[in-house]
Amino acid sequence: MKILVCISHVPDTTSKINFTDNNTQFDTNGVQFVINPNDEFGLTRAMWFKEKQGASVDVINVGGPETEPTLRKALAIGADSAIRVNTPATDGFQVAKQLANVAKEGGYDLIIAGRESIDYNGGMVPGMLAALLEANFVNTCIGLEVDGNEAKAIREIDGGKETVSAKLPLVIGGQKGLVEESDLKIPNMRGIMMARKKPLNVVEPVDVTVHTEAEKFEKPAPKGAVKLVDPDNLDELIQLLHKEAKVI
Amino acid sequence: MSVLVYIESEEGKFKTASLEVASYAKEVAQMLGTTVTGVTFNTEDVSELATYGVDKVLKINNSKLKNFNAEAYADALKQAAEKEGTKVVVVSQSANSKYLAPLLAVHLNAGYASNVVAIPEGASPFVVKRTAFTNKAFNFTKIDTDIKIIGVSKNAFGVKESQGAATAEDFSPNLSEEDFSVNVINVDKAKDKVTIADAEIVVSGGRGLKGPENWGMIEDLAETLGAATACSKPVSDMGWRPHSEHVGQTGKPVAANLYIAIGISGAIQHLAGINSSKVKVVINNDPEAPFFKAADYGVVGDAFDIVPKLNEKLKEFKAKNA
Repeated sequence: MKILVCISHVPDTTSKINFTDNNTQFDTNGVQFVINPNDEFGLTRAMWFKEKQGASVDVINVGGPETEPTLRKALAIGADSAIRVNTPATDGFQVAKQLANVAKEGGYDLIIAGRESIDYNGGMVPGMLAALLEANFVNTCIGLEVDGNEAKAIREIDGGKETVSAKLPLVIGGQKGLVEESDLKIPNMRGIMMARKKPLNVVEPVDVTVHTEAEKFEKPAPKGAVKLVDPDNLDELIQLLHKEAKVI
Repeated sequence: MSVLVYIESEEGKFKTASLEVASYAKEVAQMLGTTVTGVTFNTEDVSELATYGVDKVLKINNSKLKNFNAEAYADALKQAAEKEGTKVVVVSQSANSKYLAPLLAVHLNAGYASNVVAIPEGASPFVVKRTAFTNKAFNFTKIDTDIKIIGVSKNAFGVKESQGAATAEDFSPNLSEEDFSVNVINVDKAKDKVTIADAEIVVSGGRGLKGPENWGMIEDLAETLGAATACSKPVSDMGWRPHSEHVGQTGKPVAANLYIAIGISGAIQHLAGINSSKVKVVINNDPEAPFFKAADYGVVGDAFDIVPKLNEKLKEFKAKNA
């Protein structure tokens, strides 16, 4: 089984979010970049397929050279080789097109992407990629087994879960649940050393007309001070929620 | 030309989120000088939709579409959009809508903006305000394509009633075998339980509750309020509560009217995930907990003491205001 894991290079979840250039660019100053958490759950599941079912695992990212450390980390976790499509990621459709172009060539059986990146939260790349490849698609995937040409996936739905079956090739929009948080691998020294020798191929992009453009950013208005209620006067809290906030 | 809305329903009842997107679509339609067409799947009585701005309903009745199927539903919506000459499609941000929207976007060659929180700033350029960086920022996105798909965040616009009547007609899209290549084997859904996605009120517990055995008071409070229960990341990581209850940056987003955080300190990732909620209440024994900076109302004290008391008082309040 050939697996491709799509990796977004995103600010760490603890990052303070600021913008520069008149609020048109994300301020990367002092920001640590990581593998998008939703992608990391998928990558770890891919490692399981590698260990238990002999799958090969490639990772791919659409981005400039600054994203390579994130790909190297994926290699250190255990991916066999990495591909970087040499163009900035600008919109979900453009990224999906670039990924589809490489994926078509690679003949992958299973493509795992995170359900969304934690920076732009578009939530569209896995679905668009599946549609462009005319492959089956399961989103918000929290469980995945593959037996020969058949996959059985569990999808999180509002208020529960759903088990589905689909033939490969399959694209997954993954998230926590594909593996447990405790299963995530921190690369060890041997992994890091080996990652240096693994192939990281840079592929030139295809021409894509973007569908959307992020024009500017804005930070939420600062929050007013909290109103504290005495624990011995909870009636006041109820009245505030009822009369002032009007939520009960 | 009409604005197309995907109307979601469950057991014949329309989802509140769909009434909200219908209300949103009405305002977009007025801006563009056109009407709203709603597409329903396997629902009989659609008269209610007129109250929320729908002018015309395309009713799809097909037993093969009994279970949600993203590919088949996307194909049906594509055909409805083509029939109506639609330039704008509006969907909610439910799990199902988020599943089908990117497929529909490719099929219609449409630009898609998700997590949209306001009416477009204008028809040309077509710019929408959406959340990004998991609610830590807003992002203004210009959609360049002829056809546009907007995913409207829950509770961002509200359900708005309008006057009018809706016409209804049956619509039978041509579905192919390929539309059904992902097959549902089993659906496991809690009955009679409010889901985080649908809830107006969410009661959430954190590590401060010390153990899963102490969740009874959280569930009691949620029941009194008709709320969904949720939890912080450490709680789900430790297996005290199921992953499906984990809210935050890597879990579920919460956009409720009221979010009550009990024994949750308020890590930046947690606050990001719940930031879209309108009113936030924190109950925590540590006055320095970061959540107090993000909350509207706070109680400093022992949750084990406060929560049962609050529950009793709320019951009295509910009884009086019933």
